[in-house]
Amino acid sequence: MADTNAPKPSSSVKLVLLGEAAVGKSSLVLRFVNNDFQENKEPTIGAAFLTQKCNLPTRTIKFEIWDTAGQERFASLAPMYYRNAQAALVVYDLTKPTSLIKAKHWVAELQRQASPGIVIALVGNKLDLTSDSTGSAEVSGDGDDNAEDSGDARKISTEEAKTYAEEEGLLFFETSAKTGHNVTEVFTAIANAIPETSLKSARGPGASHAGVSRTEEQRVNLNGPRDPNAKEACAC
Amino acid sequence: MADEIAKEYDVIVLGTGLTECILSGVLSVKGKKVLHIDRNDHYGGEAASVNLETLFKKYGNYAAGTEPWKQYGRPNDWNIDLVPKFLMSSGELTNILVSTDVTRYLEFKQVAGSYVQQGAGSKATIAKVPSDAAEALRSPLMGIFEKRRMKSFIEWVGEFDPKNSATHKGLDMNTCTMKEVFDKFSLETGTKDFVGHAMALYLNDNYLDTPGAAPETIERIRLYGQSVARYGKSPYIYPLYGLGELPQGFARLSAIYGGTYMLNTNVDELVYENGKAVGIKATMTGVEPEMKFETRAKMILGDPSYFPDKVKVVGHVLRAICILKHPLASTNDADSCQLIIPQSQVGRKNDIYIACVSSAHNVCPKGYWIAIVSTIAETSANHHLELAPGIECLGKIEEQFMGPPIPLYEPLEDGRNDNIFISKSYDATSHFETSTEDVKDIYRRCAGEELVVEGLREGIQMSKE
Repeated sequence: MADTNAPKPSSSVKLVLLGEAAVGKSSLVLRFVNNDFQENKEPTIGAAFLTQKCNLPTRTIKFEIWDTAGQERFASLAPMYYRNAQAALVVYDLTKPTSLIKAKHWVAELQRQASPGIVIALVGNKLDLTSDSTGSAEVSGDGDDNAEDSGDARKISTEEAKTYAEEEGLLFFETSAKTGHNVTEVFTAIANAIPETSLKSARGPGASHAGVSRTEEQRVNLNGPRDPNAKEACAC
Repeated sequence: MADEIAKEYDVIVLGTGLTECILSGVLSVKGKKVLHIDRNDHYGGEAASVNLETLFKKYGNYAAGTEPWKQYGRPNDWNIDLVPKFLMSSGELTNILVSTDVTRYLEFKQVAGSYVQQGAGSKATIAKVPSDAAEALRSPLMGIFEKRRMKSFIEWVGEFDPKNSATHKGLDMNTCTMKEVFDKFSLETGTKDFVGHAMALYLNDNYLDTPGAAPETIERIRLYGQSVARYGKSPYIYPLYGLGELPQGFARLSAIYGGTYMLNTNVDELVYENGKAVGIKATMTGVEPEMKFETRAKMILGDPSYFPDKVKVVGHVLRAICILKHPLASTNDADSCQLIIPQSQVGRKNDIYIACVSSAHNVCPKGYWIAIVSTIAETSANHHLELAPGIECLGKIEEQFMGPPIPLYEPLEDGRNDNIFISKSYDATSHFETSTEDVKDIYRRCAGEELVVEGLREGIQMSKE
């Protein structure tokens, strides 16, 4: 994914993750960024700012993906978390009804706190635990009868979540971080949904490389003199 | 939910001011298990940035039933600092931000200018603080001969080496005073004033006659010069959306390394065993039903407001927050600046500081400036008169918020006896150097070792990019 000699326009997009604990927020990102999955992953520690590029035909979007770092647990997310977020991934576990209720709460919170133009994707994760999971066989290794314990663990119908997403104007996907099903599709859909205009005014750490405009002249890069371009150099 | 709170932590931190959040972040990075609590529903404590509606309500200076904030655009477009400070761009807080990588959550802009006032009333002139020899030669603050003396002083400051007595101008640096150093260069009183107050950033003149204090003064002048040299316009930088972003950034650092955060949580009781604090009883509100819990810790850190019987008042700060529709006069229409009025110029013992920021730093809508005037209280009444020389510099004021004198607290003990380590209030200085000294001091007391800022996150698994 190295830049070509004639690079497409590239923009940074801040994407925040929201959702109940243990719905697979970090696993989705890990799948997207590293194409990797860890069974029984511990709650997130030490990795809360991942980046990944998404190549579209006419432009490149560099996602800066913010994890909650557990600060949502006691309703203690800081305003900084939502600040200038251009996209949000609101994740629920489609085998756990309470997690959709929580997801709706986060959507409302985003509509209240985040920038008006934010692109929100509602994502039902853990599709591999349901009987309609596709393409999971080769990874999970449990053949046609998917979830070992109860066959189909789905508790939230596609219809229900989809209707809600349409009412609120959200992108909607059902995914499996475990098998990778639909994961890239979510991020590509978000990248496509971000309006060109909001990219031009893209803010956030890392966005400054997109050309130094007049209003940017006083911005300073504290890391600059010590390790020049470190942030950009290892982006892919 | 209560079962998600552990039975024991290494450290419980009370209050989410900047000092507490830096400590929480650093301790978490070092592998300590941290529970961080604030009684408020927002981060930042005394050092938060608030919106305009909250500010009006905090000061209560409006008629019941009216909503004066509505004439100033959306309240949330305002992020007004309760404690006015800037970061020195080569200062220790900048070093901590870089070494912890918290820079990735924040954006900084330069403060456009650093100014000093000479004279008072109708004879007052406001001029940029010269930061190097070339600027000294252009400065209107000095006459032609004084400029040359100042130039040679500044050059000497650059060459000064505390270990090399050949650079000491024949003075004994262990015993001489800064006044003697100034006299060596025959600097005039006005020059000493802006060097000591606008460059070395001393709040009063005590430094002049303190034996052995010259190397520290020179170090402070150098920090000023290096900070200007780093980005050019002034020695100061300031985070977009206000200073309240700083504690949030360090809280996030702590959370990333496993710190647990609880806002809206009251500490009902500190639990002691044999005279040492061993835990807390607390209640998280804002949830139905309220959640009471009890947990233990090896030590407790916090700001003075959580330990009213373990702190003393060491002074009072006066502060007036003013909303303007124009930049400060004689500052070249700066979108942001610091203006220092040295105490001697207006017959005081302590300097008056004005910190001014605007929409350029996303702290208010376009067309507005926020100027905060502050000083250390010297009298017991008529405090608005003490701030008057500063207020007079502001021109037309749309709104002014001034409360009673703000007490500055310090802990009575160093914490080693009772395992409670208390921070100091944010003082009247215009930057964070004293706050970071407090961070290091508390770290030394509670962890029993020096805090090494360089490479704080090295050797620890970093998030991948």
